[in-house]
Amino acid sequence: MIHTKQNIIVDEILQLLEDVCDPEIPVLSVIDLGIIRNIKIDEGEIEVFITPTYSGCPAMDMIAMNIRMALLQNGYKKIKITQQLSPAWTTDWMTKNGKQKLRSYGIAPPVGKTFDKKYLEDEIKVQCPQCHSFNTKLLSQFGSTSCKALYQCNDCLEPFDYFKCH
Amino acid sequence: MTESLLDYTLHLADNSLIMGHRLSEWTGHGPMLEQDIAISNIALDLIGQSRNFYQYAAKIINSDTDRKDSKVLSPGEDLGEATEDTLAYLRDANEFKNLLIAELPNGDWAKTILKLFFFSTYQFYFYQKLIYSSDKQLSAIAEKSLKEVTYHVRWSSEWVIRLGDGTEESNGRIKLALEELWPYTGEMFEPAAYEVIAVKEQVGVDVSKLKNDWQRKVSEVFQHATLVYPGKESTWMQTGGKKGIHTEHLGFILAEMQFLQRAYPGCKW
Repeated sequence: MIHTKQNIIVDEILQLLEDVCDPEIPVLSVIDLGIIRNIKIDEGEIEVFITPTYSGCPAMDMIAMNIRMALLQNGYKKIKITQQLSPAWTTDWMTKNGKQKLRSYGIAPPVGKTFDKKYLEDEIKVQCPQCHSFNTKLLSQFGSTSCKALYQCNDCLEPFDYFKCH
Repeated sequence: MTESLLDYTLHLADNSLIMGHRLSEWTGHGPMLEQDIAISNIALDLIGQSRNFYQYAAKIINSDTDRKDSKVLSPGEDLGEATEDTLAYLRDANEFKNLLIAELPNGDWAKTILKLFFFSTYQFYFYQKLIYSSDKQLSAIAEKSLKEVTYHVRWSSEWVIRLGDGTEESNGRIKLALEELWPYTGEMFEPAAYEVIAVKEQVGVDVSKLKNDWQRKVSEVFQHATLVYPGKESTWMQTGGKKGIHTEHLGFILAEMQFLQRAYPGCKW
């Protein structure tokens, strides 16, 4: 990559965004989630493109505000946050690092890739984040937030959240 | 075209908002915690979809300079530009273009489930086609919504089967729900004038062509649920919602949903 002034700024912003977290799942940054789609710099104005995980996700407004705050605190003044719907967000964009963080936090990360239809339609094997058993069952397709389903481990009996493959 | 694009977008927004608002009435009253959470999540998805459509409708209104001065199309006096909120909170019942099935009272759990199943199955096939709209924003909203609706169809299908093939009590209740709801299913496949124009402009979906897929899916689920698919012979169907002619139930929803903005215009918190 050529180190023009522009992409140095973009790198710097990406670095800052590593510290902006999802208010519902505070171990994940907006980078881990894969919701930052683009950063444009035009005559000193920074435009950050974000995409919602789910249409009704109530965290989106807060995430947009937190991104703005993080940039303001670091001296950026002209900031525009644009919501972009297409291409629609998919768990495939979640980083490997993000999936690891989810697991240590006690949430099972999404299994498989969404282009494989069977992960959306059929039963899948989800690993218990506590005891790592695959002997788990789906309690409900809908969990504590739009992006999660509720599972239970048949071995250690712990209920746990599963971040839906979407 | 702008006129019909606006009506078309509002029709889609109203469908999702009114259905979502109805489902949200179950929040805190679900038959068990997991299902209370599930139905609240579905309500949230639908209201999220409606926000995307309303924001787009507001943009259409605001970008048309002739339209801005018209009170009919830019609702609310002295409120300046149309926003997602003015469109949801300050239009009257006859300006809403949602399907009648969306506004019907929830009744018992069986009726709510069956209503959602009919509606979600319709949305599922509808969004699959809307993705190919020549209108980029409608296509983007469809792409986003389809993923969510897939879960709604799956969840409501499972419940239809559970209730239909369940106990004598649950079977009796869902049969009763079917009798009540069936006459509201025809409206989904009867295009309103703005839908006909939208199809011609390659913006909208020809809803009359969705009927076969919908029937196939519903029959399939009904078979598992031991329910008899009633649609073989033609039944008289209720219509009007898409054109703004509603049941008395919509007024009550709006009275509750719009109260605060009507009583304290422009109120924020």
